[in-house]
Amino acid sequence: MNGRRSPAAAVSPDSGPGSQPPLLAVDGLTVLLPVEGQLRAVLREVSLQVRRGEAVGLVGESGSGKSMTARAIGRLLPRGAQVTGSVRFGDRDVAGLSGADLRAFRQQIAMIFQDPRAHVNPVRRIGDFMTEALRTNLGVPAPVAQRRAADMLSQVGIENGWQRLRQYPHEMSGGMLQRVMIAAALLTEPALLLADEPTTALDVTTQAEVMAILDELRRSYGLGMLFITHDLELAAAICDRTIVMYAGQVVEVRESSLLHADPLHPYTAALAAARPSIEDRAARLRAIPGRPLSAFEAPAGQCAFAPRCGYAADACVAGLPSLTELDGGVSRCVRAGELRGALAVTDA
Amino acid sequence: MSTALRARTRTAVPVNRRAALGLLRGTGVAGMASAVVIAVGAVLALFGPLLAPYNPELPNLGLAWVGPTGGHLLGFDFEGRDVLSRLLAGAQSSMIGPLGVVVGAMALGTVIAVVAAWRQGPVDSVLSAGLDIIFAFPGILLAVLAAAVFGAGLTAAAVALSIAYMPYVARVLRGAALRERRQPYVAALEVQGASAVSICVRHIVPNMLPLIVAQATIMFGWAMVDLAAISFLGLGVQPPAPNWGVMISENQPGILQGYPLPCLAAGVCIVAVVIAFNVLGERLFEQAEAGRR
Amino acid sequence: MPEAAGSSAPILSVAGLRKEYGALVAVDDVSFEILPSRSLAIVGESGSGKTTVARMITGLERPTKGMISACGRDRSRPARSARERRRRGSEVQIVFQDPYTSLDQRQTAEQAIDEVLRLHHGWPADGRRGRVAELVGLVGLDSRQARALPRSLSGGQRQRVALARALAASPRVLILDESVAALDVSIQAQVLNLLADIRDETSVSYILISHDLAVVRQLTDDAIVMYRGQLVERGPTAQILDEPRHPYTQRLRASVPRPGWKPSRRQLIPADQKGEAS
Repeated sequence: MNGRRSPAAAVSPDSGPGSQPPLLAVDGLTVLLPVEGQLRAVLREVSLQVRRGEAVGLVGESGSGKSMTARAIGRLLPRGAQVTGSVRFGDRDVAGLSGADLRAFRQQIAMIFQDPRAHVNPVRRIGDFMTEALRTNLGVPAPVAQRRAADMLSQVGIENGWQRLRQYPHEMSGGMLQRVMIAAALLTEPALLLADEPTTALDVTTQAEVMAILDELRRSYGLGMLFITHDLELAAAICDRTIVMYAGQVVEVRESSLLHADPLHPYTAALAAARPSIEDRAARLRAIPGRPLSAFEAPAGQCAFAPRCGYAADACVAGLPSLTELDGGVSRCVRAGELRGALAVTDA
Repeated sequence: MSTALRARTRTAVPVNRRAALGLLRGTGVAGMASAVVIAVGAVLALFGPLLAPYNPELPNLGLAWVGPTGGHLLGFDFEGRDVLSRLLAGAQSSMIGPLGVVVGAMALGTVIAVVAAWRQGPVDSVLSAGLDIIFAFPGILLAVLAAAVFGAGLTAAAVALSIAYMPYVARVLRGAALRERRQPYVAALEVQGASAVSICVRHIVPNMLPLIVAQATIMFGWAMVDLAAISFLGLGVQPPAPNWGVMISENQPGILQGYPLPCLAAGVCIVAVVIAFNVLGERLFEQAEAGRR
Repeated sequence: MPEAAGSSAPILSVAGLRKEYGALVAVDDVSFEILPSRSLAIVGESGSGKTTVARMITGLERPTKGMISACGRDRSRPARSARERRRRGSEVQIVFQDPYTSLDQRQTAEQAIDEVLRLHHGWPADGRRGRVAELVGLVGLDSRQARALPRSLSGGQRQRVALARALAASPRVLILDESVAALDVSIQAQVLNLLADIRDETSVSYILISHDLAVVRQLTDDAIVMYRGQLVERGPTAQILDEPRHPYTQRLRASVPRPGWKPSRRQLIPADQKGEAS
């Protein structure tokens, strides 16, 4: 990947499934973690795909496994984790990579985390941090790397790029540092961006700004993105498709524009309905009883959401529901077909 | 932090005896072995003089330096006294001294740390500066000074060491106290109108207990070495009272004359107990740190 | 002295409040009033000074200038006696944002609530036990959860404990400092419903500090918007959210993700627009 790709030469997302291997393919991923001496499931049979140039949102509450999925993809699972299933990037299995291959892989998948300060060395300058991968892995000469970094900073809306390169992380606000992280991620010209709650710790106005930058740049560079968040509306705003997770499993995959109007799983519908509306005060919010469970807490051999679901029937506890395709999306609800009309969210 | 990882790093803060034993078990084989050694030492400290088979203080020069024979497992010292009996009897003063030092230093240090952390600002600055000044004095030097002023003896030495150790304790605990003090639950109690003293005593100090216990354990070892050194110099426990440090000193000539056992036996006792305290203390410290995160 | 029943004297009133930290002005001339049973939102982002205002009202910070009075009694200066401190604690209470550090890890819910009751009342043990059970039920916890240590409880459950503890002294004003921000969406809805129920039952007034405009709409009657220490807009919540006048309020409103929303790059606030929108 030498030479600079101009923003205009966007790679268009492939037209249909099967025309090219997906950029990222997770298949049957199951992860067990040692917690207080015992192995506990945090992900169960998670499968998802991100095609080239496509933005996919991964939405869930606590225990849904969305962050674990990101870590599994980025090979950042904690020690002692047991992983089955596969994560394929391009045509290579990520689990088997090591050494130089692993470093190359890390350039191709750039990760952006929730707390930028935790992922940056506080005693090194911003410029050092940003150009490190370019200099050491890609062999780009330092002055060239610095110039690219300064240019990228202006693209994320930070003026005085050269001055900023010489600053330290503590001299920047959270929002600015997150923009720097995005710039740093884009510098190595990755094929996929893995963003794990990148705006959760930011003020809402800063969040809107950072999201706009992320969206704009991703499109102009033609990058794929897996965007992880707890906020359904946020994911729908910049992702083409949204995946909803619950208790370590994928429960719905849907085109973002249809997710609110026509969800395929009761959990998605309930999640959207539970949010208060900025337009109107509800007499009472439609709260989901109980609390979100992790994979190891969920009842075995049945639908994990059934205990909290308003539409639960005998079929729901009879066995573990599998994913069924419906109207271009996917749902893990046994009753998805018959519930379609009922699940549509009434506009506030 | 993700839910699964958060569940993993929350450690039990001992709220009852069962949890405390669990904490002990968490220190590993080395930690538990050390706890056993310490327990033995404690028993000896309490009952040593009663367990001694022979009189530890009565000299019998005719038996001086005689090696292990018959019922005398470790032989006789330079004044013909049974070494084993003298070790058992000496356990008391050898362990009580460090205990006094630890209790004194920890009590003083905790109070100062909590006051500095609670008040912050100028009070904290002044206290910290005062601690820095005391810090500058090595423990043994203060003990020598105390001996010069008040005369030789265990009490003066122990008090001097307490004062010398106290700044170290206060430093370490101040950090932990500050962390607790800044937690929202403390603010919630303040808003309730609870007094500073009740919040510190009922909430801040108990949440620092793992660290306090770990610190005290490590400190015991240091105090033991320092007190033994002071007794060795003749400024602590005075002969003929049995004491391990004194025994090293008075039996030292025996090493060159070919009778190392009395001197070394006392040395081994000190070393064993100090190592046990150090190992256990460090393990407890690790647990305290891990539990905090 | 307690205000007369049925009077419309404000339950909390703040005038000309100012807080300086050296050269930094964190709060600049903030004034507002809350009438009994009404709830107020203080809307703003980081650096707006909203948390500092809350800390001054609860006595955790001392105002540089200005007046605060609650339940008809002035509390602009620190309390002089333990009794005064406790009395203020029974008037205004607070629930913080982070469920994980708002509770002492070593105390069960029952113990935490009991401690507050002992502080404010001289009741014997069974009297307190009854009130503890009442409060536990009020916040929707069962007796098993009440006897559990915080580490066995979820974030939402911990917030309920913090709420019960805050309500133990029957305060007239309860400050919710981003108290639902750290909760999952489904749990947040439960807690918001609970807060509405509690208000119906106890007539407490909420001061909701939040950047989340949807939550603000759901829970409050009036709102003030703060930006960089200044109060830039005030009015009924519905009016502020439907027809924001100040550019900052407008920007805030436009930044909230909702179905069909698309983020766009910033428009700067014109420099001369600081100060309250008329």
